[in-house]
Amino acid sequence: MNTAILESEEVLTTTTHAAPILSAGPVSPEQAEAWEKFTALPMPVRTNEEWRFANVKDLDLSAYVQAQPVDDATRDELLTRSTGLAAVAGRMIFANDQLLAQETLADSLRQRGVIWLPLEQAAAEHPELFRKHFMREEAILGGQKFAALHASQVRAGTFLYVPRGVEIALPIETFHWQHGAHSSVFPHTLIIAGEMAKVTLVDYYESADHDAPGLACGVNDLWLGAGANVTYVCVQNWSRQAHSFQMNSTVVGRDANSKSLFAQLGGRHVRSESISHLRGQGGRSDMLAVAVAEGAQEVDARTFQIHEVPNTQSDLLYKNSLDDTARTIFAGLIRVDPGAHRTDAYQKVRNLLLSDEAEANSAPGLEIEADDVRCTHGATCGQIEQEELFYLLSRGIPKKDAQRLIVFGFLNEVIERLGNEPLQEKLRELVRARFAK
Amino acid sequence: MSTETTDQIAIDRTRGDFSYPESHLFDAGTGLTKDTVDYISRVKGEAEWIREFRHRALEIFKSKPMPTHWASKDLENIIFENIRYYLANGQKPTRSWDEVPDDLKRTFERLGIPEQERKFLAGVEAQFDSEAVYSNIKAAVGEQGVIFCGSTEGLREHPEIFRKWFGKVIPTGDNKFSALNSAVFSGGSFIYVPPGVKVKHPLQAYFRINAENFGQFERTLIIADEGSEVMYMEGCTAPKFETATLHSAVVELVAMKGAKIQYVTVQNWSANVFNLVTKRAIAHEEAEVKWIDCNIGSRLTMKYPGVVLKGRKARGEVISIALASDGQHQDTGAKMIHAADETTSNIVSKSISVGTGRSTYRGLVHIPKHLKGCKNNTECDALLINSKSRTDTYPAITVRGTGNSSQHEASVSQISAEQIFYMQQRGLTEAQAMSLSVNGFVNDLVRQFPMEYSVELKRLIDLEMEGSVG
Repeated sequence: MNTAILESEEVLTTTTHAAPILSAGPVSPEQAEAWEKFTALPMPVRTNEEWRFANVKDLDLSAYVQAQPVDDATRDELLTRSTGLAAVAGRMIFANDQLLAQETLADSLRQRGVIWLPLEQAAAEHPELFRKHFMREEAILGGQKFAALHASQVRAGTFLYVPRGVEIALPIETFHWQHGAHSSVFPHTLIIAGEMAKVTLVDYYESADHDAPGLACGVNDLWLGAGANVTYVCVQNWSRQAHSFQMNSTVVGRDANSKSLFAQLGGRHVRSESISHLRGQGGRSDMLAVAVAEGAQEVDARTFQIHEVPNTQSDLLYKNSLDDTARTIFAGLIRVDPGAHRTDAYQKVRNLLLSDEAEANSAPGLEIEADDVRCTHGATCGQIEQEELFYLLSRGIPKKDAQRLIVFGFLNEVIERLGNEPLQEKLRELVRARFAK
Repeated sequence: MSTETTDQIAIDRTRGDFSYPESHLFDAGTGLTKDTVDYISRVKGEAEWIREFRHRALEIFKSKPMPTHWASKDLENIIFENIRYYLANGQKPTRSWDEVPDDLKRTFERLGIPEQERKFLAGVEAQFDSEAVYSNIKAAVGEQGVIFCGSTEGLREHPEIFRKWFGKVIPTGDNKFSALNSAVFSGGSFIYVPPGVKVKHPLQAYFRINAENFGQFERTLIIADEGSEVMYMEGCTAPKFETATLHSAVVELVAMKGAKIQYVTVQNWSANVFNLVTKRAIAHEEAEVKWIDCNIGSRLTMKYPGVVLKGRKARGEVISIALASDGQHQDTGAKMIHAADETTSNIVSKSISVGTGRSTYRGLVHIPKHLKGCKNNTECDALLINSKSRTDTYPAITVRGTGNSSQHEASVSQISAEQIFYMQQRGLTEAQAMSLSVNGFVNDLVRQFPMEYSVELKRLIDLEMEGSVG
């Protein structure tokens, strides 16, 4: 059953899972088209500015196969391992792109029009809403090829529609498990928040086996209507041998407030592209990320803050801690379109180097075509202050623990920006668990 | 309060628009072939190794692609066949002021540099078209053993000094335009400062382009031997022409152990010039190299002065001011390559975009592994004057290991309406207020320029803002 995904014909015809999401037929024209686009686009090369600094040499897609359904024993194991927040509004658990379990939303929310469904079901039951929002924004940061791959393969994910005025107090959680050597998963998250709607969604990306190779290629579409408030958190903890591509798009409407945080904990090559479209006046986007990179990990983050209209704000803070031979790349751009006056944009990346072999690459960029703007960016690279370390040592804390404390404090500054205590505590727990290994 | 100011600043460029009849004894015609290269080499009476060097460079130039992915598309508008690659007015470099032709003196006059001030300057090397036509080295400088001459003379008379470093800091194949320069270079300055010599007065070269479709490919190599100090200054203005002109220089600096080099450029090309310059320095142990760079004018400038910090405790610095007016693109920046322990670098860049002008900062900071105690500081500030103005910042920073640190900061702002209003109610016109604000924005950098240059710079900024508002 090991079907290499590069052999398109076979993949598309031997699919044993539920029907592709874009139409009723086994192979939809949309998916076939996406596949053609994927095969037509060239593999990334480092001389391309969008892939500058990235290690693209050992990316061999032919090694990966379509993920197969997990057996019952694995199913039970993964369900017990899916521990999220204590109190949630709903939870979906996927393994190898198949839905394992769904804890449904409260009836009261459903009655008020909230739609929360697995992606395939949503595509079938709400085709118009789905088509209008599913991958409507191009991946323009270099990941076009992988977005096309995703579109041709996507089966699993969450669709969340929160109608006008509805606030969901507790977070909604989605788990995506990748299981089996060389298997590939294509998680998708689509959130449509109507006027004044409010919601928090947390994605957990996990591999069952942290030493098995795998491929993850996910896409997120976040749509914020006027005055909407969306918090999105993604905890990426794929296998240490996994290749991961993630293309995120957020469209921020008038007076809407978007907050996103990416915690990059696992993976071997992790590429994350995040675009915020500030499309309505008064909109604001907070883009946050922490990365704990060690071993031979490469965390490659590309960001784009696009201010399309006047009076919008964006604030980006990415922090990386690097140990061993880890590499991080941050390439971010703030773009202020012509006429987008009174933009207030900020971008900051901070790298904390813990070993002599670690390497941090930063390329923060600005493109401004309007005036009366305030745009600032900063990038720093440094190491643990010897004085801080000395202070902790003098208090009797062992060196290794002291270092961890300092790194933890460094990353915690980003986590605290979320403004949701249970969620912050969960993230801290995950980061601590990462250090314990 | 909005500061949207549209089309208020029109630049008076007519001040730079003057030219005198051309009388070129040597002219290689347009286009670039092996024959052109042979012709240049023959006219200059060069040694065989230089001719071979030029031919190799020509091959590399032809095989290299234009910068892709990141560079401005405007580069595609350079038509290499329409460019004159060599031109000289047949004069040998002259030694005294009296020997300078009158029309050149008039040109200098028009640049606004009083003769008194010029005489005050230590050595003036003025370049008119391809050949250095005027060089006045103070006797004192010569007595100190300092060699200050043109590239042709330098390679002919002192190959034992210059050949060692010629084309070593910037290899021919560094980029397409350094290869082009290596094939057809003429003019420029070659300077050697002996060990321990501190050149008291700045060495200075003015040069101008005065022929349509004529490319200027000057080549400069400055070697400061152990413990020596030298300051070199260049300034340029060019008359306005209908079709684009290409200026593509290569400047190499070598600072030996403990030496200090300051390289000052105040540039004001006319709005049709493509200015594509490669500038790089090597700083050996405890040496200091400082590029002070001011770019005003030109259609497109691409210039990223760099320092390779090769010896322990070497220091590199780039101070850069860019002003992009209507239709102009100033794509400038800096490169700092750390290659030894305890090396430090500092980049301060300020840019002003006026009208439809676009200014871009592009930087590279590289601190590889196993180095200790390396530090980099980068600051970029951009000022936008009109709503159509554009500014970009594209730094790239790579840091490895725990012993080093880097910080980068950039900001974009505009002149606040309150500021202008305040000055206006004190009796200044809007244009004066604008000019004052712009001068204030760059003031802390301007002060780092030598006195006579900071005066000239202020004058150039005023000129750019002249008749701008209302």
